[in-house]
This record gives sequence, structure tokens and C-alpha cells, in this order.
Amino acid sequence: MAFIEVRGVQKSFATNGATRHVLRDVSLDVEQGEFVSIVGAMGSGKSTLLSLLAGLTMPDRGTIAIDGEPLRGVHRHAAFVFQNYSLLPWFTALENVRLAVDAAFPDSTREQQVARARDALGKVGLANAVNRRPRQLSGGMRQRVAIARAVATEPRVLFLDDPFGALDALTRETLQQELAGLGSQTNQRVTTVMITNNVEEAILLSDRIVPILPGPPATLGVSIPVDLPRPRTVAQLAHDELATYVRAHVVATLTASPGRLRKLATEPATASRVLPAVAKEMR
Amino acid sequence: MTKRIVNLLLPLCGIALALAVWSIASRMVSDLPSPARTWEESKLYILEPLTKRGETDQGILLLAYYSLMRVAQGFLLGIAIATPVGFLLGVSSTLTRMFDPIMQVLRPISPLAWLPLGLVLFQKSEPAALFAIAVCSMWPTVINTMLGVRAIPQDYWNVARVLRLSKMTTFTKIIVPATLPYMFTGYRLSLGIAWLVIVASEMLTGTPGVGGFLWQEYNSLVYAHILLAIITIGVVGFALDRLMGLAEAKLRAV
Repeated sequence: MAFIEVRGVQKSFATNGATRHVLRDVSLDVEQGEFVSIVGAMGSGKSTLLSLLAGLTMPDRGTIAIDGEPLRGVHRHAAFVFQNYSLLPWFTALENVRLAVDAAFPDSTREQQVARARDALGKVGLANAVNRRPRQLSGGMRQRVAIARAVATEPRVLFLDDPFGALDALTRETLQQELAGLGSQTNQRVTTVMITNNVEEAILLSDRIVPILPGPPATLGVSIPVDLPRPRTVAQLAHDELATYVRAHVVATLTASPGRLRKLATEPATASRVLPAVAKEMR
Repeated sequence: MTKRIVNLLLPLCGIALALAVWSIASRMVSDLPSPARTWEESKLYILEPLTKRGETDQGILLLAYYSLMRVAQGFLLGIAIATPVGFLLGVSSTLTRMFDPIMQVLRPISPLAWLPLGLVLFQKSEPAALFAIAVCSMWPTVINTMLGVRAIPQDYWNVARVLRLSKMTTFTKIIVPATLPYMFTGYRLSLGIAWLVIVASEMLTGTPGVGGFLWQEYNSLVYAHILLAIITIGVVGFALDRLMGLAEAKLRAV
């Protein structure tokens, strides 16, 4: 049984009397310790899917289970990183992280809580900025605080909602590397689901990429494994053959016409070194 | 530098112009004292602002102090009730729908209408005045606090949910800080109203204070002192508003 199991999930919203079907027939398995990226264009329903997984909204139909338990509300071992940081402006970086730590470890002493929060901020390179407020931090630093807040609670599952989407290209790359590094430091990898519209980012970080097929209502395409050794770097991925195929496959799936899509779907991407359908075309 | 001088001179010009209009008006209306006569008859009160010569014959700062103390009590009572009510209405739309009509009807009632009811309820003028101040001044705080809670961005609610914060923690760490600037706008408006109410209630009950002084001097035909009282009320009200404005600005800067 997979760690996260999504079965036949459907979600629509009612706006001014009209019903907007956002997701249909979404099924997904995420294994323990796996990093899965859900990649799709803006407005494709990615965020809706993540807020369903996060337990912030409930599906109209279908089931979501985490660690064998049906999801009712926010999972107790889940942590989140949002695109817009979602830091509280009246708290310093340390206080923002402590808010999460105190809630996750209510039985620890005050000193232990502070130490844990400081440690998390140190890991993302903010040891010298713990007493600054979000307003005094750059976008990249704010997102580091948000990442520290998420990992400080030692979550068993991490949800990343386009975590680098609001950052400039350079900062984005640095932070991607750091997040990849953060994952490889700990001996036990945290199960992670990230949504993004950046294919490169997905290849850099994930074990598997799940394209979200444009709707509405949107659904998930066949997942594409990213069997590349870690640690990965952006520079190395630019020339890697498999990375090139994965990139082409994801882009082809995301931009495919319905007929072309069917063809891709019937030739599922496998864990073998090449992705047949795309590889054939590229030659 | 020149800009600074101009900024200083322009208000002075405005004041000079207002004094000129006042002088001209005093020539046309025989009972209206001129600015010079007003100063002449009032300077005892201004130059010895803390002297107590009799029950109502006191220095102007002393009179203002009595009024301010009464306002402080009524205002604190008012916001002590209004703030929690505002939070409740902000959090619960059911409560809002329940009490909105009552609020809309009570809000425009004049302090002069509440005061007799206060006298009936409490039999004494002092608590009646506090009652009138509290009831009249609480509405801006209720409404601003309510709006402040409603204006909390969805992001912050999401933070509370994903961090699985308790209700109490959510309240103290998210709802209160997020609402604070709105609350202070409410407090500022409430204090302004409280200051309006105090004058009216002192005039009606004849208690010592700026309002009581104004009414007593009218009855003793010392018209210059009416003007002194009016100017004092204005200056104190302005100072109060500025002080609250500073507190508010400090909060918004966070």
C-alpha cells in the first residue's frame, strides 16, 4: 500500500450558480520517501489538487488516504510551503518557525523549542537573520524561512505549492539546490509532493513527474520516472541525455493535442533508460 | 528650508484669517466678545491653569482634566465591551446576521437621548455620563474590529490550519495581531465620539468639567468663557486624535 493513495477524486466549485469542474478521475500513488512533482500549466487545477491532498478542502467524490488512514482535515505529520511564503509579518523569522515548532512539539521545553527553531533556520543559512521580520528579508530569504518552518516540525510528508514560483531565476536556482541538498542530508527522506509549472525544477528535484492534463476538468497523465543519480545540478541536467528525454516527454504531454495524448498514454513511460514514444521521435 | 517656513506660515495665516472673521463678527453681534476681549477675560484661566478657586471656577487644565478622566473611564468601559463583541461578530456570520439590525438602529442614537436613560438606570449623574459615553463610543470599535477580523487574508487562516494551531493560539498569535491596526482605527474614532459625548453630558448634568463650565458661564452671561471652553474642547480633541493617530501609525509600521 502506497503512503499517499488518491483514488478517483473529483472536485468542482460552484461560482454564481455555474458549476466549474476542476478535477476529474484523479488517482495517484506516492510511495514512502518518494519525491513526486505534479507539473502543469497555470490554472490547470494543480493548486486544487494540492489543497485536497493537504486536507484544506474535501473532494466531491473519491478518497484520499495518507499512511493507510483516510484523510480528514490536515494530516498531523504534514508540513507545507506556499508560493507566497505565508509568513506572519508581525513575527520575526524565529517566531514564525517557533509557531510551528511549539504546535508540533507541545511537550518540549521552551529551550528545546527555541533550539529546534534556530537549528532549522541555521540549516537554510539564516542563522544570522533569526530576529528579522519578513519585511526585512528578501523573497528568497522569506521562502527559506518558510522551508525552515516546514522542516522544523520533522514532517512525514511535505507539500510544496510552487515554492519557488515567486522568486527571480537566480534565487530560484539557489533555493532549488538547497532544497535538494536538504533532502539528501537526512538519512530518511521525507515523502514530498510538489506542484510546479517549471519542468526543469521538477527534473532537478523529483523521483517521478506526474503531468496534469489540461481540462477542464483536468486529470493526471501517466507518470514519468526521473531515474537520474543524485545529487543533481542544473548544469549537469542541461546536457544529460535522459534528462533531455524526460523534459521532452513532459512538455509533449503537457502541450499535446487530444489524439497525440492518447498515443502517449498507450505507450506508458517506463523506468527503463529511455521513454520510447518520445525517444523515437527525437531521432 | 523655505518649504518648511511655508509649511509653518500657512497654518498661521489660516489662524489669523479666522481671528479676523471672528473680530468682524463680534462687531456686528453685540453679545459676541471679540478675540481680544475673550483673551482679556480668559487669561486668568489660561495663565493659572491648575488653580482651584471654587467648584466650577477653576483653571482650564483642571477642568479639562476632570472631563478627560470621565472620558477615559467611559471610553475604556466602551472598548472593553466593544472589542470582544467585534471579535465575535467578525468570526461568526451567524452572530452578525443576528445582531446587525440592532446595531444599525442603536448606532445613530444621540448621546443626549442615552443620558436620561442612564439617569433612570443609575440614579446618579456620574455613572449616567459614563453609560452614555460607553454606549455611544463603542460602535466604531465594534465595527472596525469586526471588519479587521474579516479582512484577515486566507493565507493566514491557512497557516493556522496547516500548523494545526489550537483555537487559543490562532486567536492570540494570528487573529489579534492581524486585527490590531483595524482595532486602533476603531479606538481612535471611539475616543473622538467619547469626547463629543462628554461635553453634552456635562452640560446636561452640570458636573464640573469643560462642558459643565461652558454651560454655567452661559447661564452667568460670561460669554467670553463660552469661547474659551469651545477652543479648549477643540484643542483637547485634536490632541487626543493625534495621540491615537501616533499609536495607530506605530502599529501599522510593523
